[in-house]
Amino acid sequence: MKPFHYARAGTPEDAARAGAVAGAKFIAGGTNLLDLMKLQVETPEQIVDISRLDLNQVEETEDGGLRIGALVPNADLAAHPLVRQRYEALSRALLAGASGQLRNKASTGGNLLQRTRCYYFYETGDACNKRSPGSGCAARDGFNRIHAVLGASEACIATHPSDMAVAMRMLDATVATQLPDGDRRRLSIGDFYRLPGDTPHIENALRPGELITHIELPAPPPGRQLYRKVRDRASYAFALVSVAAAIAVEEGRIASAKLAFGGLAHMPWRDGAIEEALVGQAPSDALFATASDTLLRDARGYGHNDFKIPLARRVLIATLKELTA
Amino acid sequence: MSDSTTLKMDVPVPASLLDAGTQGLIGRPLDRIDGPLKVAGRATYSAEYALPNLAYGFLVQAKVGRARVTGIDTAAALEMPGVLDVVIDLDTFIRNPQQGGSNKAPTQGVEEIHYFGQVVAIVVAETFEQARDAAARVHVALEDKPGLFEFDARLEEAHKPKGGSTEPHVATGDPDRALAEAPVVLDAVWTTPSQNSAAMEPHASTAVWEGDALTVYGSYQMPASDKQQLAQALGMKPNKVRIISAYVGGGFGSKLGIAPEVVAAALAARKLGRPVKTVMSRQQVFDATVRRSNTHQRIRLGAGADGRLTTVVHETVSSNIEGEEYFEPAGVSTHFLYAGENRRITHDLLPMDWLLSGSMRAPGEAAGMLALEAAMDEFAEKLGMDPVELRKINDPEQDPLKGVPFSTRQLTRCLDEGAAAFGWKDRNPTPGARREGEWLVGHGMAASARSNHLQESQARVSIGADGRATVETDMTDIGTGTYTILAQITGELLGLRPEWIDVRLGDTDTPPGAGSGGSWGASSSGSSVYLACEALRAKIATAMGCAEEELTLKDGRAIAQNRSVPLSSLVGEGLSAEGTIKPGKLEEERRQASYGAHFCEVRVNAVTGEVRVNRFVSTFAAGRILNEKTARSQCIGGIVFGIGAALTEELVHDPRSGRVVNHDLAEYHVPVNADVPHIEVHFLPERDQFANPLQSKGLGELGISGAGAAVANAIYNATGVRIRDYPLTLDKLLPGLPTV
Repeated sequence: MKPFHYARAGTPEDAARAGAVAGAKFIAGGTNLLDLMKLQVETPEQIVDISRLDLNQVEETEDGGLRIGALVPNADLAAHPLVRQRYEALSRALLAGASGQLRNKASTGGNLLQRTRCYYFYETGDACNKRSPGSGCAARDGFNRIHAVLGASEACIATHPSDMAVAMRMLDATVATQLPDGDRRRLSIGDFYRLPGDTPHIENALRPGELITHIELPAPPPGRQLYRKVRDRASYAFALVSVAAAIAVEEGRIASAKLAFGGLAHMPWRDGAIEEALVGQAPSDALFATASDTLLRDARGYGHNDFKIPLARRVLIATLKELTA
Repeated sequence: MSDSTTLKMDVPVPASLLDAGTQGLIGRPLDRIDGPLKVAGRATYSAEYALPNLAYGFLVQAKVGRARVTGIDTAAALEMPGVLDVVIDLDTFIRNPQQGGSNKAPTQGVEEIHYFGQVVAIVVAETFEQARDAAARVHVALEDKPGLFEFDARLEEAHKPKGGSTEPHVATGDPDRALAEAPVVLDAVWTTPSQNSAAMEPHASTAVWEGDALTVYGSYQMPASDKQQLAQALGMKPNKVRIISAYVGGGFGSKLGIAPEVVAAALAARKLGRPVKTVMSRQQVFDATVRRSNTHQRIRLGAGADGRLTTVVHETVSSNIEGEEYFEPAGVSTHFLYAGENRRITHDLLPMDWLLSGSMRAPGEAAGMLALEAAMDEFAEKLGMDPVELRKINDPEQDPLKGVPFSTRQLTRCLDEGAAAFGWKDRNPTPGARREGEWLVGHGMAASARSNHLQESQARVSIGADGRATVETDMTDIGTGTYTILAQITGELLGLRPEWIDVRLGDTDTPPGAGSGGSWGASSSGSSVYLACEALRAKIATAMGCAEEELTLKDGRAIAQNRSVPLSSLVGEGLSAEGTIKPGKLEEERRQASYGAHFCEVRVNAVTGEVRVNRFVSTFAAGRILNEKTARSQCIGGIVFGIGAALTEELVHDPRSGRVVNHDLAEYHVPVNADVPHIEVHFLPERDQFANPLQSKGLGELGISGAGAAVANAIYNATGVRIRDYPLTLDKLLPGLPTV
């Protein structure tokens, strides 16, 4: 770990100002950042401790949604009665991630900002455009079993590791922020994340110093919800493929469908074309096959991760069957 | 005045003093006597000694697979705050760890880089954080060389090893002809990946010099030979080196020999004149200690239509650094597990520029039985036989290779009782026939066998004037329960309660013990304690004025001839005796091994291929069980790692550099609690008079042996998919699963 300066922020405005300095990083739970700092994958010069900010409430909003403080621990959010009642997919996604100890410490905002688990990102001796822009991508021709099959680029084939963010994307979450100049803004989660393109080191739309203060959920979508995660061991393993879904069936036809996927791409993946293809249709094997064809129409494997394509297909079909049964 | 008793196992010990004892400690499921210290954080591990003036070392690695070091630029590191020195000694640093039990230094000299992450220097600073940061600023200049990073395509280059723990090539009869003539033949190849021991405690050493004498607080399984290795590596006399390994947070083979951190710490401490502590990071443990070799195993079985084996051929290729001749002895249990007059068991070695391979969790059996016991399952299917029955009819009368009798062998009884406990008769032999919702359910079994070894071991037992006893040996407790069973043996033979006994382990200034490895610890070290206690009993009998056979020792009192006196009244200033056990002729005259049978139920998700082990029942026969609780824990731990070997554990080497890609516990997947069901362990009553005076046999590695194959066989029964490439991850199962 490199030496760094430490400052504790008293208010979100203070935090954003302090965080705008070059080389600054916010720290909340530190469950990802500290590991990366020990390995010098992250080398912040200034740490801005936001863990004491008053951002740890879960509140109901007037439109029937939830406003979740960025510092609410993952464990608390998963256990919150309103989350369990109305956003089952979110609760399940949170509990599918990490371990009990990590969930106690990890924050909601920090969860959105987890860095990839790409093996080559973690080893400073290896080429990685995300860690060291322009150095190349060691994963493409290396061991890429956990890597992306959708939306990857020449520069980067990493995946986003969060389970929670997949559920958040399915639930149409909005990320609310504090800017250093005192302004605030709100970003849909789809606009929040970036595909890697030529700049895989830029993973989201946050500007220097911009602090996530809340995540807002609209009223829960109609129908039944589910989060299904496929992984190499039963706990404490990142998703190979995951799906968050909410599907409503009325009078034999799909009235509403929301689907997001983890383990496939650089960001929680959502594809409106799948949902369009499903809504208004009667559930059938043919329909589900079409939906999975749509999801994977541009999928590409890099060798070790080729299996994710048939796996995603199977998981999507099984999910659709389960939620329309 | 200390007496010394030595027993060489040339003749059996039909009557063990343990059966004559009246303290009632042997076999009892006593809690670990060191448990309270450990849960309270008062057991001091090697990285926890707070010494005055301590400096912190951090290892510098060469991050390339094969190269020559052309220079090391330390300028940037030396300018950093707190940095005391960067110690470079390209000739003396060890290239890789040493194998267990060797009394020689490992290969020294690190100018040539033979694997990614090889240690070439050590940074020493006032704090750990400063040392680690500075290590990242040391620039190692390297001249790249072409490396050996491809295994599969080079199998033809494998050679017969010149060393190793067992004879690399053995044969009897005419296996090629017998195979050609056999009515039923199986011929298939299994592969297993490199694995990491994944002990919780990383390798750690604190080196302290007093004049020309070195003390190391280190994490070791075998301090007696580690001391010899370290002394030779540093060019010292062994009597100037002391190792203290009082508590060890798991070893699983990776701490049998010395590793790079100790030589680096010792050199740095000598140069700086300060104690130096060096703890390897988790990544460094993965990169630069030792792995279990990957294996390529071809098995051929031949039998008549009745299933009686005529031929067993097991040919293994494993890998190691060029010149390192340790090979993975995957065929060791194939030597004797099943009948068959024609046999060939070979082990060849392929040089690779990957980190050292060595002993890990049942070296040989753990990897070899993944193949052999899966082969037996396939063969049973081919023969149309129940796999339990196939094993039973091929349970040989005597060792089929050496033609000597077994010491004790209850394989068939383990199979029968295990099958009954599990309910094997209700299993549906048709693969893929049982489905519950999304889950395919299957049952599988495998035999277990682990060779029994006795190692020379010495211990001193003393009784103080207060009547308390002290046991001293440099034997270790690596989490297995050594402290506890040595107290039980002492208590049983001297008539003392465990709380009256102090067991002091892991200090090479005490008598040299067997160390922990090869499942020999309890039997070997326990026998040395037994012998010391036997000598003490003779002295007590003399003091009591009775014959030894008349003496009863119980609850701190000596009883004979209708007299009962406190033990303390008979020992004067104190009594002391040393016991030494040595392996003898019985090792050759009897085939000695422990046996067992694993049965398990798995569920395989028909959509995703995820495997969940649902139920596990294992029955073992391993001689006398000294502590039913620690023995059970050992077996459960072994089975857990068997599940890991079957389903998840794989060290991945980058195809371009050999680098261990998944070098942390987030990505190297050992089973977690959620992967492990309730495990039911049964022990058969057994005494093995040919093994040692305790009549016990090795147990620690029996649990893992065969366990993974039972899982693989159950997966086949659940799905109808045979995968011979371990671990059986879901991507390999997917193509064979039913359409969604």
